[in-house]
Amino acid sequence: MVGIVSHSGYVPRYRLDRRKIYTAMGWMDPSTAANARGEKAVANFDEDSVTMAVAAGLDCLQGAERSKIDGVYLASTTLPYKERLNAGILTVALGLRDHVRSADFGGGLKAGTTALLAALESVQAGGAQGLIVCAADCRMGRPASAEEMIFGDAAAAFVVGSEEVIAEYKGSYSITYDFGDHYRGEYSKFDRKWDDRWIRDLGYEQFLPMVVQGLLDKYGLKMADFAKVIYDCHYTAARKKLNKMLGIAPEGEQGNYQAEIGQSGAAQSLVMLSGALETAKPGDKLLVVSFGSGCDALYFEVTDQIGKKGACCGISGCLAKRAELDPYEKYLVWRDILPANLGMRSEEDLWTRWSAQWRNRREVLGLWGSRCTKCSTPQFPTQRVCANPACGAVDQNEDYLFSDKRGSIMSYTGDMLAASYNPPAIYGAVAFEGGGKHYFDFTDCALEEVETGKQVALSFRRKYFDARRGISGYFWKAVPVKEVK
Amino acid sequence: MADGIRDKVAILGMGCTRFGERWDCSAEDLMVEAFVECLADAGIEKKEIQAAYLGTHFDEVNVGKAALPLAVTLKLPFLPVTRVENYCATATEAFRAASYAVAAGAYDIVLALGVEKLKDTGYGGLPGGGGRGVKAFMEMANMTAPGMFAQLATAYSAKWGLSMTKIKDAITHVSMKSHANGAMNPRAHLRTVVTEEQCKKAPMIAYPLGLFDCCGVSDGSAAAIVTTPEIARSLKPNQSIVKVKALQIACSSGEEEMYTDWDGAHFATTRLAASKAYAEAAVGNPRQEIGMMEVHDCFSITEMVTMEDLHISPKGGAYEDIMSGFYDLNGQVPCQIDGGLKCFGHPIGASGLRMIYAMYEQLLDRVPEERKVRNPRLGLTHNLGGYPWRNVAAISIVGRD
Repeated sequence: MVGIVSHSGYVPRYRLDRRKIYTAMGWMDPSTAANARGEKAVANFDEDSVTMAVAAGLDCLQGAERSKIDGVYLASTTLPYKERLNAGILTVALGLRDHVRSADFGGGLKAGTTALLAALESVQAGGAQGLIVCAADCRMGRPASAEEMIFGDAAAAFVVGSEEVIAEYKGSYSITYDFGDHYRGEYSKFDRKWDDRWIRDLGYEQFLPMVVQGLLDKYGLKMADFAKVIYDCHYTAARKKLNKMLGIAPEGEQGNYQAEIGQSGAAQSLVMLSGALETAKPGDKLLVVSFGSGCDALYFEVTDQIGKKGACCGISGCLAKRAELDPYEKYLVWRDILPANLGMRSEEDLWTRWSAQWRNRREVLGLWGSRCTKCSTPQFPTQRVCANPACGAVDQNEDYLFSDKRGSIMSYTGDMLAASYNPPAIYGAVAFEGGGKHYFDFTDCALEEVETGKQVALSFRRKYFDARRGISGYFWKAVPVKEVK
Repeated sequence: MADGIRDKVAILGMGCTRFGERWDCSAEDLMVEAFVECLADAGIEKKEIQAAYLGTHFDEVNVGKAALPLAVTLKLPFLPVTRVENYCATATEAFRAASYAVAAGAYDIVLALGVEKLKDTGYGGLPGGGGRGVKAFMEMANMTAPGMFAQLATAYSAKWGLSMTKIKDAITHVSMKSHANGAMNPRAHLRTVVTEEQCKKAPMIAYPLGLFDCCGVSDGSAAAIVTTPEIARSLKPNQSIVKVKALQIACSSGEEEMYTDWDGAHFATTRLAASKAYAEAAVGNPRQEIGMMEVHDCFSITEMVTMEDLHISPKGGAYEDIMSGFYDLNGQVPCQIDGGLKCFGHPIGASGLRMIYAMYEQLLDRVPEERKVRNPRLGLTHNLGGYPWRNVAAISIVGRD
């Protein structure tokens, strides 16, 4: 049996109330009032599609045997590198082996489901035992556009394999159309689109029924067979019409998180799938349909393995960990839409030394340190000479992963002098459970939430952006652990 | 068996520029200013200097690398000149090297000069790029000096259960005292008296450190000419001789940084260097025997913690001593008698020598009545270069013959 072994999703902590966008920008286009409801999830200033994919991926890998992962697929239309495999960064950050196959999937918004299909069929064909598929997007609408409100940032991740499958892959049907509803050229930062009515009437209302019918015919199914239908369409009126056209009962429709997250691009249908799996029951048949330059329809059947895995954070966990993004201008600064003054300290040249990055790739991207085999002291970064003053053994180390360890705050501060997109820059000393210590930036928190002794988890983040050379550099930051009630 | 530096080296002369925003001066101007005073005080001619040590830290925004800026600026005639750098301990390192050269018998008369031109950066605070080379921005948090030291406060509060409010009270007293001392000193960078309210209401720099908890970033230079006590006595038969009693350095081993035993609320290096310095200077009870101090108060919290690490205040007891005025100018062990880094200023590569200069002028009774320490027996200076978990602590003890 081939299918999904585990799943998770990630939604950034910060949510922007769409009415705030309207208050700030509605004067330019009053018609955006129609979208000024609910909130959109906004990646922190140190997040992008790669870091969000890592967050979802790590959560998804909890309890998984990393050695059984043979491949890493990353789907997104907003990846930081055109050349330099983004999935390669993801592979190290997830703590996986080097000897795996990895690939970036992009272009159209159906890239997420296409990557998932590629992984499933690779396992089916016997080419791999297991793969991890992550999809993430961070698309931007121009200020005062409807898309600025509609789009949200999120990620989803799935481990696929043939053992302990929670949702069996039963089949798929795909269509591909060069449909220019939304597009971005090589140098575009913001989304561009054609007429909404054309996208809705010709795109959603023709392509979705077409791909669904294709799947039903191929496998001899009818809509009533599905416990949940998951499809990407952010137009509220069109969804109502499509539900009727496709024959989806109210309880059979998986919500699209438009009010909580927003349209999350290549991740959208997979974020919804992960959300659906959170409450799925054995025997449920799920239909997943993506949209963007065509459609993929995937058909799963939930097994009795569902619910046997320990709870991860997932979409619902992330949704509960929200903080309001206020004011709207903060969003503009974080996305570098508003060129705010960060001070001259921000202008220091960060010459990424690729040979040094290569030597330290596991340490920097994976948060691997060492543990002394003589005295068992974990240490970061890797030390040739043991840091334990009572030991001092030379070259008696083994690799030791810190990214999955919790730590506690030993000291901290909030720094107004440091150049930051979100001052004060909060950082401090983190002592890891089981040993080891490092000074980390803290993120996804306010200074008032930080205290000595408090627990933190590690999160992969963009450490710096070298605008001159277009380099996104990554490292890990500490996030104070929230109690989710 | 080595027996240390005590009484083997004497200070023949010293010089120190006015510290501050010396917009009109280059590092070369500052070197000349300190050297001219120092040479005149020593009462010798330039040609009698046999070797020299230059201390500078931020070579990128200052004089550049190597010892040549000193040799060329002063036109030292093909002397052996060496540049030393060890963070904020740089000037004390230059002094230590010069003293060791004399004590070793390699030379009779040696110059140590520290200089730093910091005000060509274009912004307040220190420039970045302290340590770790190419790995710094790859895996070090986005830290600045105030934020690194501010963490002493949160860790100290956790360690000793002292509320952040009380810590703020104590560090406010520390800063007010240094401002009071600095205000009287014409060579100090910051010469205003500040009130408790000003300190506590100042803009936050790095929690809980406000503007007045941070030292001045200044331009300046200081110099010393050292020789043997015999030569000093023969050249200056009618005055007291200031002799070196101890010079100790301790560098972090990575233990504080990577091993979890360290509480983040003290300087392991300072404790060790202080113990060794007291042994070298034959000081049995520092709280009773040290007459005055200049310590590394880059931030007020650093000074507070250092009072314990120098074994003057009991561990966890700095608050009581500070609040009782023990370290004020008229207290038992006056500290930051010239204003400290806080107000005299902190040109990194010059600070250690400036501290020794403060001791030197007190020991030779050269300060006006209002600034005088009542009984300036032994004077202790202390630098702390780096950050709390990875640093160089340097201590010197000097005394009058």
